[in-house]
Amino acid sequence: MKIHEYQAKVILAEFGVPVPRGRVATTPAAAAAIAQELGGTVVVKAQIHAGGRGKGGGIKLAHSPQEAEQVASQILGMMLRTHQTGPEGQKVKQVLVEEGMDIRQELYLGIVIDRKAGLPVIMASRAGGMEIEEVARTRPEAIVKTHVDPATGVTGFHTRKLGYGLGLKGDLLKGGADFISKLYRAFGVKDCSLAEINPLVITGDGRLLALDAKMNFDDNALSRHPEIQALRDLDEESSLEVEASKFNLNYIKLDGNVGCMVNGAGLAMATMDIIKLAGGEPANFLDVGGGASAEQIENAFRILISDRNVRAVFINIFGGILRCDRLAEGVIKAVKTLGVSLPIVIRMEGTNVELGQRMLRESRLNFITAQGMKDGAEKAVRAARSA
Amino acid sequence: MSILVDTSTRLVVQGVTGKEGTFHALTCREYGTKVVAGVTPGKGGIVHEGIPVFDTVAQAVAKEGANTSLIFVPPGFAADAILEAADAGIRVIVCITEGIPTLDMVKASRALQGRAVRLIGPNCPGIISPGKAKVGIMPGHIHKPGRIGVVSRSGTLTYEAVGQLTARGIGQSTCVGIGGDPIIGTTFVDALRLFQADPETDAILMIGEIGGTAEEDAAAFVKAHVTKPVVGFICGQTAPPGRRMGHAGAIISGGTGTAAEKMAAMKQAGITVVKSPAEMGEAVARLLPSAPARRRVAKGTVRAAAKPKARAKAKTSAKKAKRR
Repeated sequence: MKIHEYQAKVILAEFGVPVPRGRVATTPAAAAAIAQELGGTVVVKAQIHAGGRGKGGGIKLAHSPQEAEQVASQILGMMLRTHQTGPEGQKVKQVLVEEGMDIRQELYLGIVIDRKAGLPVIMASRAGGMEIEEVARTRPEAIVKTHVDPATGVTGFHTRKLGYGLGLKGDLLKGGADFISKLYRAFGVKDCSLAEINPLVITGDGRLLALDAKMNFDDNALSRHPEIQALRDLDEESSLEVEASKFNLNYIKLDGNVGCMVNGAGLAMATMDIIKLAGGEPANFLDVGGGASAEQIENAFRILISDRNVRAVFINIFGGILRCDRLAEGVIKAVKTLGVSLPIVIRMEGTNVELGQRMLRESRLNFITAQGMKDGAEKAVRAARSA
Repeated sequence: MSILVDTSTRLVVQGVTGKEGTFHALTCREYGTKVVAGVTPGKGGIVHEGIPVFDTVAQAVAKEGANTSLIFVPPGFAADAILEAADAGIRVIVCITEGIPTLDMVKASRALQGRAVRLIGPNCPGIISPGKAKVGIMPGHIHKPGRIGVVSRSGTLTYEAVGQLTARGIGQSTCVGIGGDPIIGTTFVDALRLFQADPETDAILMIGEIGGTAEEDAAAFVKAHVTKPVVGFICGQTAPPGRRMGHAGAIISGGTGTAAEKMAAMKQAGITVVKSPAEMGEAVARLLPSAPARRRVAKGTVRAAAKPKARAKAKTSAKKAKRR
């Protein structure tokens, strides 16, 4: 799960990580009031989950409360387009108004889980303000990394390795060690999948400060963090995906016209792949899970076809725990209740397949049955074309 | 032989009295696995569906000689269940549970390092050595005893692959679902090493997916150490970057973990990589030219499944299945 920058900074401040003074505003007048309170130059920053906000015109300086109000009125309500939002952009509903900083140097500090090592890894770089993926590709030697054993946590040698790697000296080295330890603590306590400070700045008066902050959280751990769940911004997610998540369905909207419904994530991805190989484009990823009920199948179907681009549906089920008769029951009910007129190609295999197929035949609804995934994908792509 | 589970497997099911635990403990037993014990803290002393239940894994090991564990404990407690099994001296731990917090698994997998224990999963379908033992949630009847090793990060896509093999009369030595989470106990490299050393495995089918670099590591291992033929497939060739495709580990992030990179690395290592998931079985069949003539059944269907206790009657049951 992702959160906004201002939310991340509130969390970091709780752990003692130094962040600029500032608050979030939803109206230009409120932005002006915050600017007045902070005094001097302020930065007005659009709050959307996507990165690349500055380049898209979502971050602006203001030298007075009046200017802050004016800048905020431009940013609030805009459709901000960045390389991460897609062409339609994301509507800005909130701005973070922060004190302007005298910046001596920009650094990078981030923590993620290294899958291969099975451990958190702290990464630091003097190339602050740039995308770390880009730095990793072009100048991997510019990134210092250290893995942390959860049994010991961050210790002196970790922070020395990172601090010297960043070129910190004297008080800044000590400050850096403190900063890193606190960020790591926040990462662990809050079950983050990513905690990234980019840039981490050294101010003109020699302090370290998190000028930007990004925190992503492990979805699997959200159940023990109601305070993080409360930060979820549904406007940042596709409405169909939000709807699907209510029914424990894994749905991701794509751009094609062949809707697919599959059990199991791997088979669902493979089904998208085979639709493409058959010359079509998948409209979505949809995993109904191993133990889907007839009701869940019905909900899945409803969500699937509410994507207006869908011209045909391909149902690909390898029944293990999910029995084919239960699937057939759900699909028949969904088609009848929702009055679906789209062509539906069904490929079933596994437990109770004969019973499931008989139910489909006897329903007298217009299902197209398929033998194997390839046949199913080809039939679905053909149906989508002629629909 | 086969790997990890066989007729010497004595299974304890952790979370045996839950709905899922009960259902799958029974399907494993029906398949012929020796299900010797169950564990549910607080319910020790009862006999559940004919399975003696204990409060702790240690008791199940002491009283029933359990050597393998199958875990159906809820996500918040599953990492603890893994550690308990390891502490009790269990040799092979199979964790089915999906949704374990990543940092819990970081700690658990770190704690298992250097110990004589093998963790499979979490978030996996388990392991089956057809005709010998099933320790997992896969439908047993689609499998057939034979000489192909299957290793996969997925559940149902593995069933699909096994279905394609069995339909061509090609049996499996062992099928291992290593799990779809970012941190798992047994990697492709571990499974490949075991299959390479197993005299009853002739070839290996490896099914990967987007996210991470486990497939690239596996490719490097194959190039250096595997002499048996390997067929590979990677799902998620059309997955968009930055989105978690169902499995917690299936995500292309920062431009790495794409299917294209993995397929290229595997091809370069001499693995036969198929683009289409419908061609996995056929590709394995083509690699086995010297195998005896195989029974062919209707294309795309799964019918030649042999029941473990009635392997000799495989032909008859196949015919019966056709009539059904």
